[in-house]
Amino acid sequence: MNVAVKPADTGSDRANAPEVMLDIRNVSLSFGGVHAIKDVSFDIHKGEIRAIIGPNGAGKTSMLNVINGFYHPQVGEITFKGETRTQMRPYVAATQGIARTFQNVALFKGMSTLDNIMSGRTLKMHKNFFWQMLRFGPAMQEEVEHRERVEEIIDFLEIQHIRRTPVGRLPYGLQKRVELARALAMEPELLLLDEPMAGMNLEEKEDMSRFILDVNDQFGTTIALIEHDMGVVMDLSTRVVVLDHGEKIADGTPAEVSSNQDVIDAYLGVAH
Amino acid sequence: MFYREVGQFKTNYTADSQVFPILQDKIGIIAMLVIAYVVIPAAGNDFFITTVMIPFLVFSLATIGLNILVGYTGQLSLGTGAFMGVGAYSCYKLTTFFPDVNIIIMVLLSGFFAAGVGIIFGLPSLRIKGFYLAVTTLAAQFFLEWAFIRIPWLYNYNDSGAIEVPQREGFGVVLTGAAAEPVTRYLVVLSIVVAMTWVASNLIRGRIGRSWMMIRDMDIAAELMGVRPLYAKLSAFAVSSFYCGVAGAMFVFFWLGAAEVESFDINHSFLFLFMAIIGGLGSLIGCFMGAAFIWILPIIIRALPDAMGLDVNAATVEHINFMIIGGMIIFFLIVEPHGLARLWQIAKEKLRTWPFPYS
Amino acid sequence: MDILYNILIDPFVQMGSAPDFFLQVLWSGFVAGTLYSLIALGFVLIFKASGVFNFAQGIMVVFAALTLVGLYQAGVPAWIALILTIGAMFALAWLVERIVLRNLVNQEEIILFMATIGLNYFLIGFGEYVFGGEPKPMIASELGLPTGSTTFEPFGGIVIIEHLDVAAVIMAIILVTALAIFFNKTRIGRALRAVADDHQAALSVGISLNQIWVIVWFAAGIVALATGIMWGAKSDVSFALQIVALKALPVLIIGGFTSIPGAIIGGLMIGFGEKLFEIYWGGLLGSGVEGWFAYVIALIFLLFRPQGLFGEKIIERI
Repeated sequence: MNVAVKPADTGSDRANAPEVMLDIRNVSLSFGGVHAIKDVSFDIHKGEIRAIIGPNGAGKTSMLNVINGFYHPQVGEITFKGETRTQMRPYVAATQGIARTFQNVALFKGMSTLDNIMSGRTLKMHKNFFWQMLRFGPAMQEEVEHRERVEEIIDFLEIQHIRRTPVGRLPYGLQKRVELARALAMEPELLLLDEPMAGMNLEEKEDMSRFILDVNDQFGTTIALIEHDMGVVMDLSTRVVVLDHGEKIADGTPAEVSSNQDVIDAYLGVAH
Repeated sequence: MFYREVGQFKTNYTADSQVFPILQDKIGIIAMLVIAYVVIPAAGNDFFITTVMIPFLVFSLATIGLNILVGYTGQLSLGTGAFMGVGAYSCYKLTTFFPDVNIIIMVLLSGFFAAGVGIIFGLPSLRIKGFYLAVTTLAAQFFLEWAFIRIPWLYNYNDSGAIEVPQREGFGVVLTGAAAEPVTRYLVVLSIVVAMTWVASNLIRGRIGRSWMMIRDMDIAAELMGVRPLYAKLSAFAVSSFYCGVAGAMFVFFWLGAAEVESFDINHSFLFLFMAIIGGLGSLIGCFMGAAFIWILPIIIRALPDAMGLDVNAATVEHINFMIIGGMIIFFLIVEPHGLARLWQIAKEKLRTWPFPYS
Repeated sequence: MDILYNILIDPFVQMGSAPDFFLQVLWSGFVAGTLYSLIALGFVLIFKASGVFNFAQGIMVVFAALTLVGLYQAGVPAWIALILTIGAMFALAWLVERIVLRNLVNQEEIILFMATIGLNYFLIGFGEYVFGGEPKPMIASELGLPTGSTTFEPFGGIVIIEHLDVAAVIMAIILVTALAIFFNKTRIGRALRAVADDHQAALSVGISLNQIWVIVWFAAGIVALATGIMWGAKSDVSFALQIVALKALPVLIIGGFTSIPGAIIGGLMIGFGEKLFEIYWGGLLGSGVEGWFAYVIALIFLLFRPQGLFGEKIIERI
């Protein structure tokens, strides 16, 4: 893991023209007649924590799905690390360094915590079928190397005690944490977190917030997160983009966004 | 009390990722191998070896093949019988063309033909899932059955339409045909099954096995994490069919001696599915348990009326067999959907703390 | 070039040169298609209402027909035997619910599917144990089904239409109409659809899962009986029927698992396609293609339209 420490401080980033990691230009996505995303543009700077917020059904998860190639927008383009893409399969996004967690925990239920996190290393393992068959020599060596990486992540997220437990048996909060571990095992450059704190109690939220900040801080991972807890969003994020009914209604620092009248209307409702 | 891992510390990850990390398990597996390789050949009679052991091992291997697909990759297949048939017929053709080559090599090579056919019929799995896939494997089943009848080249234009196993040698010993000793055939089958089980367990614990299980548990998440469904699914189909093909070739060459298309019909496909379910989907040891259960239980049921001095006709016993197997399937699905392997695991966990469950 | 001619042109030349025979083939395809539709209908009923893919539908057909014939052979008058058989199908539905389904509520559908394979095996053993494995003639005339045939003479040739086939088609139409009304217009029909969607949610609004399951398995049993009578009258009643019944699977794939019109159209497509292909193209492949044609068609169909003929395109969510 590259431990290039990057200050998550907002001010300094903004001052010296930050490097754009992901640029979304005029993206529109519809399913049949339903417009999930309408002409949305925003960018994500390298090293920042970018929050995507909005009421239910605003198109936040669809936005993440577009970013990692699961949905293909009808209009617009996405530039990741200077490379503009059109149609692509999700695994390509994974190879480019985009990892994510899911709103409804999408762990591999039949596998243990350890195997789940090891599965995040899939792309980094290259020993061929023949060596895999023998599980000997290079294959074993590779397996052990990656196991060491995975153990580092397990230590980092403090889940040593559930290493061997099938994930299906874990409580919800821990499942979320294992999912984060699995995404981290991919050593992503851009980490997408879909409601990492949904359904958690205060203590669990605090733990998770600390992990997110640590990941951003220690590994320099750029993070885009969807979250409903405004307190968390205001504390964690560098910049916030607000979606409503598939449209972008605000974009800026937490302070700017929270004083924006459109945002307040979207959240509190307004007489049309 | 006896089955404890206390004091057995692992100091590196290699030791930690063994199949049998606990000493007592290692002793257990070695004991099993000694029994299989030494005790059974020495003490077992021909009936036991040919009627019980050889088919049990062959079926275990076929079940492993099916389990790789259904249990580990989550792709339901009802075409196991036909894939075994591909193995059997290609082995027959191979040994017809190259009569002097060691038959064991031919048996293993025939697995590749089955793998090829498996890949072709696995292609739809890229677009469809679940029952839909089950139907495409039925297409494989019926199409291949038809091919085994309608392409006389496959059975060398025999009038009988059957493949009859010729006498073949390997390592200077007669291995197939009427002249082959049951014990010899048994040892060949045993060695192949042991080796291939070992390979299967390696594959499953490594990157490839994990990518299969990722597809099984949540295919979308797997793809978002960099697993290419094309490779994962087709490799599962290939490996699975390879195992089934080798099992099919052994089925005919080391056990039946002659086979027609009926040996590979849909009922056999179901039988292996049952073995996999009862043994436990997603478990290698379960394959052996399931095969033992489904193969050996009927043998016992058949022998029971005689042993008890009852005069029940053979057909009736067969019918009762069907009912018992069907009933057992339902029973297992209700009581323990994860099969015998899960029961075995629970028993082991209990044993670890026995007799002090709270210590 | 010969091959191309044989595949692309010759079959049509044959059709044109013997139009009466072509009509006969079409009719037999139509009748076969009707029967496929009926079996598929049994599948659809159970799948719609319980989300269970009932693999045992085929054996239920055999079992119903065997019970009917077995009772008659035991000396019971035909009509009473029919009523008793309906009773037996109800008992079967009740037992299946009691022993199998009730214990598998909320399991994954694949587990339920496999349970029906177990049920399939059990019924094969049980049926053979009680009635014996040899084929039996269906008591068609005793039940008042028409026999004999009418000969038409279009295009200067002859086309023979069996009255029994006509009866089969009429019966299928009546059954389908009745079921469609039952499903769409009644309170129980709505409950059935609710159960299919989500077991737990249906329970929470006070629908009795157990009752619904018995009803729907009983309805499938009746459909099975009707199918068994018709099919048994065309050939004998034997366990070979259950392999034929598997053809309902490709029918369902084409028509979609939950659509009654889909089952009918799919059945007819397979029926026509199979007969035409067997007669006009089968010779090129050495005949006997009826065994797999339906499955291969379904397979090709799936590649282009995985959601079936009437299914909606599935949007995957995560």
